[in-house]
Amino acid sequence: MAVREFAERGADLELVGIQKRFPGFTAIQDLDLTIPAGSFFALLGPSGCGKTTTLRLVAGLEEPTQGRILIGGKDVTATRSHERPVNTVFQSYALFPHMSIIENVAFGLKRRRIGDPLGKAHEALRLVELDHLAQRRPQQLSGGQQQRVALARAIVNRPALLLLDEPLGALDLKLRRQMQLELKTIQEEVGLTFLHVTHDQEEAMTMADTVAVMNKGAIEQMGAPEVLYDLPRTVFVANFLGQSNLFTGAVAGATDTAITVDAAGSRIVVPKSRSARHNGTVTVGVRPEKVTLHAEAPADAPGRNVVGPGRVLDVSFSGVSTQYLVDIPGHDTVLVFAQNTGIGPSAGVGDEVWTSWLIEHGFGLADGPSDAERFPADDSTTSIAAQRRDDLVAELEEG
Amino acid sequence: MAFAAFSTAEAPTEQAPRKKSRIALFLLLPGIAYLVLFFLTPLVSLLLTSLQAPLEFGDIGQYQYAFNWQNYVDVMTTYWPHIVRSFGYALAATVFALLFSYPLAYFIGVKARRWPLLQSLMLVLVIAPFFISFLLRTLAWKQILSDESFVITSLKALSLLGPDAHFTGTPFAVIFGLTYNFIPFMTLPLYTTLERLDLRYLEAGSDLYANPFTVFRKVTLPLSMPGIVAGTLLTFIPAAGDYVNASRDFLGGPDTQMMGNVIEANFLVLLNYPAAAALSIILMAAILVLVGIYVKRSGTEDLL
Repeated sequence: MAVREFAERGADLELVGIQKRFPGFTAIQDLDLTIPAGSFFALLGPSGCGKTTTLRLVAGLEEPTQGRILIGGKDVTATRSHERPVNTVFQSYALFPHMSIIENVAFGLKRRRIGDPLGKAHEALRLVELDHLAQRRPQQLSGGQQQRVALARAIVNRPALLLLDEPLGALDLKLRRQMQLELKTIQEEVGLTFLHVTHDQEEAMTMADTVAVMNKGAIEQMGAPEVLYDLPRTVFVANFLGQSNLFTGAVAGATDTAITVDAAGSRIVVPKSRSARHNGTVTVGVRPEKVTLHAEAPADAPGRNVVGPGRVLDVSFSGVSTQYLVDIPGHDTVLVFAQNTGIGPSAGVGDEVWTSWLIEHGFGLADGPSDAERFPADDSTTSIAAQRRDDLVAELEEG
Repeated sequence: MAFAAFSTAEAPTEQAPRKKSRIALFLLLPGIAYLVLFFLTPLVSLLLTSLQAPLEFGDIGQYQYAFNWQNYVDVMTTYWPHIVRSFGYALAATVFALLFSYPLAYFIGVKARRWPLLQSLMLVLVIAPFFISFLLRTLAWKQILSDESFVITSLKALSLLGPDAHFTGTPFAVIFGLTYNFIPFMTLPLYTTLERLDLRYLEAGSDLYANPFTVFRKVTLPLSMPGIVAGTLLTFIPAAGDYVNASRDFLGGPDTQMMGNVIEANFLVLLNYPAAAALSIILMAAILVLVGIYVKRSGTEDLL
């Protein structure tokens, strides 16, 4: 059943009990996921978390070991890649080197015998502002241009579901922003369903309506970017999506609305509604930009958690904000982002400081840092992204 | 206009290599000397021989330098069936070798990627025939396929062959021998191209609604063109000039003589050197023209 017509609109994507085992390891274990039609959905996770495998399963380039895949309510698990109303923007672009740009873009239309393939291909190229290069070969284009061609080659087919595999990885910051905006515009105009796979948390948060954070072949948490950021449920999410200060301790008391955790002598209060667990050992956290520094112990601070005293280990000034690293005995170093609304830094290296934050800014996690050891701290998204970008830039310069 | 961007960048760099060109020339000297001595000299000698005329009142095999263009007309009229046959057999052998080698090379270069040991083993098997002289191997085939051989007697017993049928001495046997002998020359270039084939292109083709056959036709095949062109040239050129397989001593018969056999006979038996030389020049020129057209038509200049 080759798809001979354009999709009227995006289609729902439903993954039911998907499992994918490769010889030697399990890439995805028991994944259930529903992506409503017309949404921009991002799968976010570190490399090797199973996100690209998920995408390849949806595209039909891999077969699930178990489970079913439904697109627009139709079970496509048994159908092959070329029979699915799905197009992919590949991470490597995979533009055919023996065809010109226009032939590349018209390829899918010709296979489906859609009328006026060249005209439509030119139109798609105009959308990504590359129509003037239609007769060139992919090798003659820059990485960014190739990426836009790959995008045009996919969207020209108006698939019910567009899969994006780290599509902006190789772009420099400016072009990246431009493409993000363009993608978003296309998505809104055409109303397609986008499934976007990325390890870049910023990209996922700025573009997607829904973000699913994936780790070790399973989805850890899913929701709107603001919700995920505001109320992470696991240590992994708290650290992968932005940064967090985490404190672990036993619950020392509880009221109707809040619990108090005794973390190495500091009493930290978290609203019950913002905590996944209410008894036993609980890990609580707070985002660095929510923390305030004090030069003196804040006496009588109702509604705030106070942790201190500690010593400032490092101060790094970055224009709009200053980042402080504070060493508080008994805790991990506490990270504080302070907006530079005053003049000069408010604390210097070696100064004795206290930290505090509003109780309603804290969150309680469902797991503890020991579980999170599986993901080393130096593997933060930004460093992965920077590493990858450097690799790609080096590769491009070599080629 | 597309290259306008490059010209400015290239202009300044042009100066530097010029200084080194003398050293480069010096380094090229042995190669040039070799080519002049062993390629150009025989070629000129062959060309001159092809225009020689028989010595007046001379013996058989005695010729003098002349501009006897008639030699070319004579050999063309006498030997045109051999010329046609040579290219016909070579073409058939090339097509069969390609049909046989492509799946083999695809398996070794693409499907067996996950098992490097199997890949190496199969490559060794492809190259293994080179360990024995092709003369011996062709003689072996003559034995295997002779009228008294097990293969032919069995086929006759099964009535798959008529009681009077032969295999050796037929065009089929010669084409078989040519195909067999040149299969490694076809397989290896195909393998090197297919081994580098980026499978992500095939996935992209499949993602863009192309069924497996269309992916092969539109993606795999064009991307393996360099290997196909190299393999077919390495097969066609030597096969067209081959005189072993078609020889009566090997797999051929009186009706299967190719240009190589005729050239050999003229040089060594009939002592008609001008005719042999003229035939050689014709063979060379014909191959040059055919290959030129082929490479141009296949559009692989930029892929090669």
